[in-house]
Amino acid sequence: MGEPFLSVQDLRVQFQTDDGLVRSVDGLSFELRKQQTLGIVGESGSGKSVTSLAIMGLHKQARLSGQILLDGQDLISMAPDDIRRLRGKKMAMIFQDPLSSMHPFYTVGNQIIEAYQIHHAVSTKVARKHAIDMLGRVGIPRPEKRVDDYPHQFSGGMRQRAMIAMALSCDPELLIADEPTTALDVTVQAQILDLIRDLQRDFHTAVILITHDLGVVSEIADEILVMYAGRAVERASSDVLFTRPEHPYTWGLLGSLPRLDTEPTDRLLQIKGTPPSLINVPSGCPFHPRCPYAELNGERSYTSVPALKASESGHLVACHLPVETRHQLWETDIKPKLEGP
Amino acid sequence: MARFLVRRLAGAVLLLVITSMVTFAIFFIVPRLAGQTVDQLAAQYVGKDPSQAEIEATKEKLGLDKPIIVQYGQFIKGIVAGREFSFGPDTEYCPPPCFGYSFKTQRPVWPDLVDRVPVTFSLAIGAAVIWLITGVSIGVLSALKKGTIFDRFAMVIALAGVSLPIFFTGLLSLALFRPTGVNYVPFTSDPLGWASNLLLPWITLAFLYAALYARLTRAGMLETMTEDYIRTARAKGLRERKVVTRHALRATLTPILTIFGLDIGLLLGGAVLTESTFSLPGIGRYAIDAINNQDLPQVLGVTMLAAFFVVVASLVVDLLYAVADPRVRL
Ligand SMILES: Nc1ncnc2c1ncn2[C@@H]1O[C@H](COP(=O)(O)OP(=O)(O)OP(=O)(O)O)[C@@H](O)[C@H]1O
Ligand code: SF4
Ligand SMILES: [Mg+2]
Repeated sequence: MGEPFLSVQDLRVQFQTDDGLVRSVDGLSFELRKQQTLGIVGESGSGKSVTSLAIMGLHKQARLSGQILLDGQDLISMAPDDIRRLRGKKMAMIFQDPLSSMHPFYTVGNQIIEAYQIHHAVSTKVARKHAIDMLGRVGIPRPEKRVDDYPHQFSGGMRQRAMIAMALSCDPELLIADEPTTALDVTVQAQILDLIRDLQRDFHTAVILITHDLGVVSEIADEILVMYAGRAVERASSDVLFTRPEHPYTWGLLGSLPRLDTEPTDRLLQIKGTPPSLINVPSGCPFHPRCPYAELNGERSYTSVPALKASESGHLVACHLPVETRHQLWETDIKPKLEGP
Repeated sequence: MARFLVRRLAGAVLLLVITSMVTFAIFFIVPRLAGQTVDQLAAQYVGKDPSQAEIEATKEKLGLDKPIIVQYGQFIKGIVAGREFSFGPDTEYCPPPCFGYSFKTQRPVWPDLVDRVPVTFSLAIGAAVIWLITGVSIGVLSALKKGTIFDRFAMVIALAGVSLPIFFTGLLSLALFRPTGVNYVPFTSDPLGWASNLLLPWITLAFLYAALYARLTRAGMLETMTEDYIRTARAKGLRERKVVTRHALRATLTPILTIFGLDIGLLLGGAVLTESTFSLPGIGRYAIDAINNQDLPQVLGVTMLAAFFVVVASLVVDLLYAVADPRVRL
């Protein structure tokens, strides 16, 4: 496997606001290898978008610290114009709402042509051919016609396909997809995910897929990172995370997955309460106000921050519960409930 | 596109017809609703101290005793085909488009108005060029340098610009730079004199609008810069300069141009305050004089002309907007 292609170490992103310092990302670390897919999962406000924008170098007002190594180069200390040159070329990003993410006054083709020409000194004619080619590859029918359409003339799914075409037009090595299916119809969501998976194979791209829905990443991600209040609480390969998750928050996320075979009222594992404030982050384990097992650790969950530690090879968990207790809770308490009566 | 054009054109014509009806009604019905008799009404068209015979004659000639519909018909017919007005022995022909005949000046309204159009046009267009360029560039720079000394200074000046009345800034500038006043010289006879005489009125008028536009542009630009598509443009690796010029400006300026078109339309109907302050013989000045003299045909004529400019301007603006924003088409 070799060296990781992207390595994020102890990343912190903070915003100074009138209400105080917002700690959106607070000591996050993860790695991503070439051509692999990392799923980042967490509730709204857990810092997923802030993390991806930090990698892209798109924060203007934020305080950043830590390290983001892309192919060995540190993006945090890099000059703004150097990181700009990497954007679109080495790393690309697609966003949640494809309609507002495209300029309403320019044709879809023009926007892809522009993306290509930023990094390639070619004539518009050549770039246009490339744009049509890309639109075809993302599954847009009659691309030579649709290339001259405006974003509002596309359907939601088609627009996200066009955004993907634009993001991949310069053959980036990293694609960050920030909730790419949230704004789309359920029927279209699966198509877009399939498309991302297929294209990832063709383009040999590493992918970070961000979502608040564990179901979305289950099939596509090699590894999954669960975020809570700007930190990683659990990190494991996709198989491990679904077969033996260890963090109470992850259990809650699994419990809130929509399922066809049970009524919503039967779901016993919904996470109670609301996400924490990022200005006054709860002391100790930030999840403790919502965690049903916090008392099991005496004072520790309330006073000391649990470190992210390996419970087995490649499986990292940030929780004070002893490993055996976590295994036992999962087997006897959580798993039966998830599997339903 | 063709259907869109036809629909908007038809709408504009309809709007003009309605405007003419409303204007007509205001000038001919409202006084009666307020209790004026037909005699009193007719007296206004004659001049000071009219005799009963004159009043009767005017009533007859103007058809003031006829139903309002007939009067409106005559008025429209005058615009299309011209109309005759007679006073005792002599008959005056008012050629089309006849927007009425002033019995006080004994002249048809239209030619006098047309004479004044170049003055107002010169004033409005010159000022518009100045305020569009300065207002928009200051607004854009202020937004991009939000919170800096430049931004703060520019916005204080802009606040002064929108709050100070034209007659104050106008008279001040006259006193400082041109105590002898300005005289309108036609462009065709002396371009240099035209420009040098209009310079102060231009700057005075442009100051007010530039201030407005700087504030509008700044606010629009600040909002645009937070749009998702701006983030997309940056995510592509576009240089910040191009993000601003190609993506942000395009979106910010489109609605500003709409306002610009309407403002010009409004001003072409008479920059009343500026023309009065600088004694420029434009349409606005004409309107003021007409009102002061209670010369109803003149007031009616100038109102309709001003309405015409506004309607045409909004039509042009609609068409331009459809060109600028692809989402508008049909
Ligand atoms: N520019 C900013 N200034 C201040 N606070 C910010 C800024 N950007 C993000 N935040 C805060 O950082 C926190 C994390 O935001 P982020 O957008 O990363 O959440 P997310 O995990 O992507 O959530 P969602 O699922 O809703 O997209 C939020 O509480 C947000 O309010
Ligand atoms: S550390 Fe304590 S509060 Fe945090 S998840 Fe583990 S048990 Fe719950
Ligand atoms: Mg987000």
